[in-house]
Amino acid sequence: MYSRKLPYLLLLPSALFLCVFFLYPFVLVAWQAFVTDTGELTSEYFMEMATHWKFNTALINTLLLALAVVPFQIVLALYMATLVNGMKRGRDLILYIWTIPLGISDLAAGIIWLAIFEQTGFLNSFMQSLGFIEEPIGFLGYQNKGTIFVAIMLAEIWRATAIVLVILVAGMGLIPKEYYEAAEVFGASRWKQFTRITLPMLKPSLQTAMILRVILAFEVFAVVVALGGTNLPVLMGEIYTWQYDLRDSSVAAAYALVVLAISIGFTLLIMWGLRTPKGARV
Amino acid sequence: MSHKTQVNGTVNGQSTWHRYLFTGSVIMLCLWVLVPIYLLLVNTFSAPEAVSAFPKKAFPDINTESVEFFIKYSGVAQALWSSIKVATVTMILSISLGAPAGYALSRFDFTGKETFRVLVLMTRAFPLPLLALPLAVMYIKVGLDDSVLGLALVHTMLALPFAVLITYSLFSGIPIELEEAAWTLGCNRLQAFVKVIFPLVLPGIAASAIFAFVISWNEVFAAAVLTIEHRTLPAFLLQGLGNAPLHLKFAGGAVLVLPALLFIFLVRKYLFSMWGIANR
Repeated sequence: MYSRKLPYLLLLPSALFLCVFFLYPFVLVAWQAFVTDTGELTSEYFMEMATHWKFNTALINTLLLALAVVPFQIVLALYMATLVNGMKRGRDLILYIWTIPLGISDLAAGIIWLAIFEQTGFLNSFMQSLGFIEEPIGFLGYQNKGTIFVAIMLAEIWRATAIVLVILVAGMGLIPKEYYEAAEVFGASRWKQFTRITLPMLKPSLQTAMILRVILAFEVFAVVVALGGTNLPVLMGEIYTWQYDLRDSSVAAAYALVVLAISIGFTLLIMWGLRTPKGARV
Repeated sequence: MSHKTQVNGTVNGQSTWHRYLFTGSVIMLCLWVLVPIYLLLVNTFSAPEAVSAFPKKAFPDINTESVEFFIKYSGVAQALWSSIKVATVTMILSISLGAPAGYALSRFDFTGKETFRVLVLMTRAFPLPLLALPLAVMYIKVGLDDSVLGLALVHTMLALPFAVLITYSLFSGIPIELEEAAWTLGCNRLQAFVKVIFPLVLPGIAASAIFAFVISWNEVFAAAVLTIEHRTLPAFLLQGLGNAPLHLKFAGGAVLVLPALLFIFLVRKYLFSMWGIANR
């Protein structure tokens, strides 16, 4: 029948596209990492990756960055979302300003924070004008790994908190206002309303936001290149080096599987940690 | 609007001290977002010598030399053009693939609907830029390496889930009764869609198209892996990070940021409905 087939016809193009450009390539990348050119199964590429001196550093840096950035972003976005909801006038304007970084790429964010942290940059100029320092400090020099890390952290928090904010504000809009009215009647404080109503009701949105952010945090790349060059290796940077500079797509594929594995691992962990019982959904 | 009651509760009837804290936080957070962008613009509109001078001034003597230098720099015009081409193809592909799927999801109940929805949502748990690696190999075999279309296909993969979910929510927002009315008045399904539904969803479709454009415009990793001659602007800038002079980096950053800001401004109304639905 005409109408029976229609939905499938409409879905077909995008379903095919997802198979060819999403499912198939992920099979292909595993193939690349485990199978040699002559078709033999091998762990040689993984050994090459794991024994490379940069691998451990890159893995640890990536995980540390995600750990330093994501929880902070969730808390900051929660705070911003409550501020926005407590606003009588100018709500739209403030939301617009706070979501500006949504349109800014990680590379651009890196360049923006480079303007602040580079040796002749604004932070040094500011500190000098206040008399804290006489000579500009090389924040991003290879001997200052700590400040490079902090600069990347700030740039990431600056850029990607907006996406969490948008998800949380949309989620807060779905919480029925009657709950707050009831809480008010029983004399619950603001804080109690926040911890007993907002947070539990926001679980699905928090889950979405955290999964999205953690995945993006593991993909961190251009910010790191812009601010740290090669001084602070991360996984995506190593993938780029192996693929593009060293022309070894097998080892790059092995790295890709590591990123994929930690991404899926953390997604499952977050889904389990923030699961909502079936009956408790709005 | 469920937050309305809260709105009155939170600010009214609280101490002045609370209100100062509230206003103070809002202003501080606005500055936190805006000041770094301002500083980039200061650097962009300073003369090349001023960009690497120390100490920096907070208010520049407006000078477009850096920008002019950047625009004329070899490879920039070509990279800009590549970026626009890739983003446009991405925009067209993701809407023409995504919108029919969004319509099907919102209007029909059929076997496999849930499977498709899960497949779309699943893409979010995967680091999609990694797709560039296997595709690089595949592209060499089929002759799509270093091509506009090849990169646009990867960017479409990034934008398609959004396009499906956004159009799904757009179509769901239009009562099916409107379509049914058109059918009873003698329209067939296609006519009803073109004459009744399409004009209503057009602004939303345009917004998701712009969103797809921005996704492609900003993407760095896949662009850097997949292109050599046809570098897009982000890929071009990334390569120059190591050795390009400072004023070139900042002017490039500004050229990358400004169109994206304009686009986000245009779609600001839709951002929340987009993410509202992307939650479910």
